[in-house]
Amino acid sequence: MTGSLHIGFIPLIDAAALIVAVDKGFTAAEGLDVTLVREVSWSNVRDKLNIGLFDAAHLLAPVAIASSLGLGHVKVPIVAPFNLGLNGNAITVSPVLHAAIMREIDGDPLDPMATALSLARVVAARRRSGAEPLTFGMTFPFSTHNYQLRFWMAAGGVDPDEDVHLVVLPPPYMVDSLANGQVDAFCVGAPWNSIAVDRGVGFILHFVSDILVRAAEKVLAVRQSWSEKNPQVLAALIRAAFRATEFIEHNRAETAHILAQPERVGVDADIIRRTLDGRLKVAPDGTIRESGRYLLVGREGAARPDPVQAAWLYAQMVRWGQATISPEAVEIAKAVFRPDLHDAVLGFQQKPTPGASNLVEAFAGPAFDADDVAGYLASLGIVRRPS
Amino acid sequence: MGAESSPKIVIVDESPIRAAILEEGLREAGFTGVVRIGEMHSLLARIYELDPDVILIDLENPSRDILEQMFQVSRAVRRPIAMFVDQSDAASIQASVDAGVSAYIVDGLKKERIKPILDLCISRFNAFSKLQDELDRAKSALEDRKVIDRAKGILMKLKGLTEEEAYVLLRSTAMREKKKIGEIAQSILTASELLK
Repeated sequence: MTGSLHIGFIPLIDAAALIVAVDKGFTAAEGLDVTLVREVSWSNVRDKLNIGLFDAAHLLAPVAIASSLGLGHVKVPIVAPFNLGLNGNAITVSPVLHAAIMREIDGDPLDPMATALSLARVVAARRRSGAEPLTFGMTFPFSTHNYQLRFWMAAGGVDPDEDVHLVVLPPPYMVDSLANGQVDAFCVGAPWNSIAVDRGVGFILHFVSDILVRAAEKVLAVRQSWSEKNPQVLAALIRAAFRATEFIEHNRAETAHILAQPERVGVDADIIRRTLDGRLKVAPDGTIRESGRYLLVGREGAARPDPVQAAWLYAQMVRWGQATISPEAVEIAKAVFRPDLHDAVLGFQQKPTPGASNLVEAFAGPAFDADDVAGYLASLGIVRRPS
Repeated sequence: MGAESSPKIVIVDESPIRAAILEEGLREAGFTGVVRIGEMHSLLARIYELDPDVILIDLENPSRDILEQMFQVSRAVRRPIAMFVDQSDAASIQASVDAGVSAYIVDGLKKERIKPILDLCISRFNAFSKLQDELDRAKSALEDRKVIDRAKGILMKLKGLTEEEAYVLLRSTAMREKKKIGEIAQSILTASELLK
């Protein structure tokens, strides 16, 4: 068994399981010699995983699916045997947009339907007055952030391609872009929302857990061919990552300290701690909001990949014109998420909390049916046809 | 369009020196339509405005993810753009990623027209990192020499040695301990600081 691995990651809090697995020696205890490589773009992570410079990667779940389907890039089958994180993103808006949404809102500001309907009124008013369309930042075309923003605003009647601008921004540029008015809002993972609030340039409008109860976010991704050639190495890596998730649950202060190191995530330990605790400052005046579901790393069965989640992500790609629908593609997408590989190593002892369905539960729209993606899409209002 | 004459090439690189080295190479090879972008602010708008046939971007640049938007079906895109490296080009993509550069081209530009551009790009990027390495090495050699000189001074003073004897002592210790002379010299400086 080759035990020397290169693993790419983007400096985000949901890389925690990989970073802790290495820095606490859990990978070494499994006989693995892991070099973590900090990367600056998802494109780099994807390419280096695809061509074999990385053995494994911290990857956006939709990128793993897009890569397996050959969407937007070279087709390389990827498998995800372990979720590094569920949820963890938030929608942050500028103080000006926040005020506008709160002026128009009819209902609870924590209710995504109320904010989405309010956003629709803000957008309509801007159009009437001849103002520029609002611009929303997200991290990558094949990203949860892109789909979560679109899902939310479309539920309120805002067409994300016609009524606003959606632009890709690398996470480290998000806060500055919000501060200088290049974007009016963004959807990004931790720690960037908290940094915007701390700097007084943004309000956290929603945790994505308001929009979807359990959203697959980052996965531990490996090439399918690699997983078949190195089953024992993969099993060892899964065990180490799982041990790390347990460590993170019980040692948040130390985890925050480990992640704060400059060669890891490199931000203030206090912000990391707030993220792990799901206790976020949501407004520059110091208002705190707590949610046990803000970011799930390991707990509540979060590490076990759910093919229904993969099907949901594929449905979003079809909904927004990134993919054409086919029954084969649905199956390929579902097969990227590998609960069987997870269970073979860890068993199925990690039951989701009672009441929290493993299926996709969203705040709006028809119930998602992974066995009838076409029917689900047909029942949605705003969709984009591939041109 | 430029495809049959000289393709319009955009270099996206925040390192002005490397971008200049690459541009010079491209011009020498007869590619005259080269534009450099070093400012990442409204990058996509600039690119749409320039309407290039080829885009070269360094892999250290987080803005690479911004370029991935060009593949999306969107009214902002004026013509389809595809990643140069298709399924059959594993060797090219490996070489370019190793060199630290990535290329995007518009759909339809012939592969044989792209190959010399990418090859040149790879060799210039490799040359640049070699230059960078040499510069770093020269810097650390200079640092080492300063450290060794100071360690020699300490040995001369403490042990009453000549300069040459002090150097011989450093060198023989380094050989015995399988370390660099600079490392031994540094430990002498550290020890003398501690014992002050």
